[in-house]
Amino acid sequence: MLPQLYRVQHVRDEMPDTFTLELEPQDGSAIPPFATGQFNMLYVFGVGEIPISISGDPAKRKPLVHTTRAVGTVSRAMRELKPENVVGVRGPFGSHWPIEHAMGKDIVIVTGGIGLAPLRSAMYQITAQREKYGKVALLYGARTPEDILYRKELENWRAHFDLEVYVTVDRATGKWRGSVGVVTRLIPRAPFDPQNTMALVCGPEIMMRFSAAELEKRGVAAGNIFVSMERNMKCAVGFCGHCQYGPNFVCKDGPVFQYSHVKDLLVKWEI
Amino acid sequence: MHTLELILAEHAFFKGLEPRYMQLITGCASNVRFDARTYIFREGEAAERFYLIREGKVALETFAAERGSIVIETIEAGEVLGWSWLFPPYQWHFSARVVEPTLAIALDGVCLRNKCEEDHDLGYQLVKRVAQIMMQRLQATRLQLLDVYSFRA
Repeated sequence: MLPQLYRVQHVRDEMPDTFTLELEPQDGSAIPPFATGQFNMLYVFGVGEIPISISGDPAKRKPLVHTTRAVGTVSRAMRELKPENVVGVRGPFGSHWPIEHAMGKDIVIVTGGIGLAPLRSAMYQITAQREKYGKVALLYGARTPEDILYRKELENWRAHFDLEVYVTVDRATGKWRGSVGVVTRLIPRAPFDPQNTMALVCGPEIMMRFSAAELEKRGVAAGNIFVSMERNMKCAVGFCGHCQYGPNFVCKDGPVFQYSHVKDLLVKWEI
Repeated sequence: MHTLELILAEHAFFKGLEPRYMQLITGCASNVRFDARTYIFREGEAAERFYLIREGKVALETFAAERGSIVIETIEAGEVLGWSWLFPPYQWHFSARVVEPTLAIALDGVCLRNKCEEDHDLGYQLVKRVAQIMMQRLQATRLQLLDVYSFRA
């Protein structure tokens, strides 16, 4: 429960309101291993602590990488951090993308906005063991062409002959030569065998709900769809109850859930 | 079976349609190709055809003086472009600009419309299929309107 001290190595702007933090343990010790989809609690001393998904490569032990959006008091303070500043880190916590169960299957990743951050780790893991999976498709939606996260990595993945990368934006002018339309429109276009597919979905909750419904319509079973939920996490170990989600705690039982376990909760307004 | 008839019969839009109708529809169909940066149709023109896109990408767009061209959505391989041929006033509401070189099957909407008037069973089948596409696009547009990636404090 005690935060470990990490030194800021680098703060990189991804977009005007989105940035990536690269951290290293202050005492030079090893960074604890993490599984893709897990999160850490990052503490800006004197301001507060927030959960952020790990977005780095699980095979590379340093640095510890998180991408987030400056939207609240803590994340805005985090945005102002400079190299050599020190933050507290607790974690990693929570469930992970069950990629180990996708061997021999097609994988379809459906993500939107900053939801790509927790799935970038998964993409690193999948591409490092590409031969273990069938078709791999990454479907990414952003608000506008200017809001595309990790643009260089998307371009790099798209250049691979064994990866299908589809990018769409919700709105664009005539200068944009890519796809326009919501990310769910990409699901019927993507090449995968719905009977033998694992789907990983991350983005705003409403986007995940519509995407999961579209995946089911295509024939992917609810048990083979995984979503990453977000709630107000405080303790991160299932004690405080802040992130209670029906019978689950998002910090402990999630953030990655089998869609079949939360499908009914997703349409309950009270939760 | 004629290649065009085979392609049409296997397309999701016509799947399950009786063979007698498929022959009739094939008679109203032709292969077309469009170069990038050309327009398949423009807003306000008479809507006399519709298209099954086989390859390429087409942007449905409109124009606002202060913003220039605005893309509503893109229509891509396997999808259907155009439904205004089926409903009065039979005019295009948006323009269709070719983003990537496009191969398509063009269907004569005026011919089909007349056949639908003569044979209401065919008319029902086509309206049902077009309504399905309209429903999917409407749902996608609603999600688009929600602007789900914007942050509101």
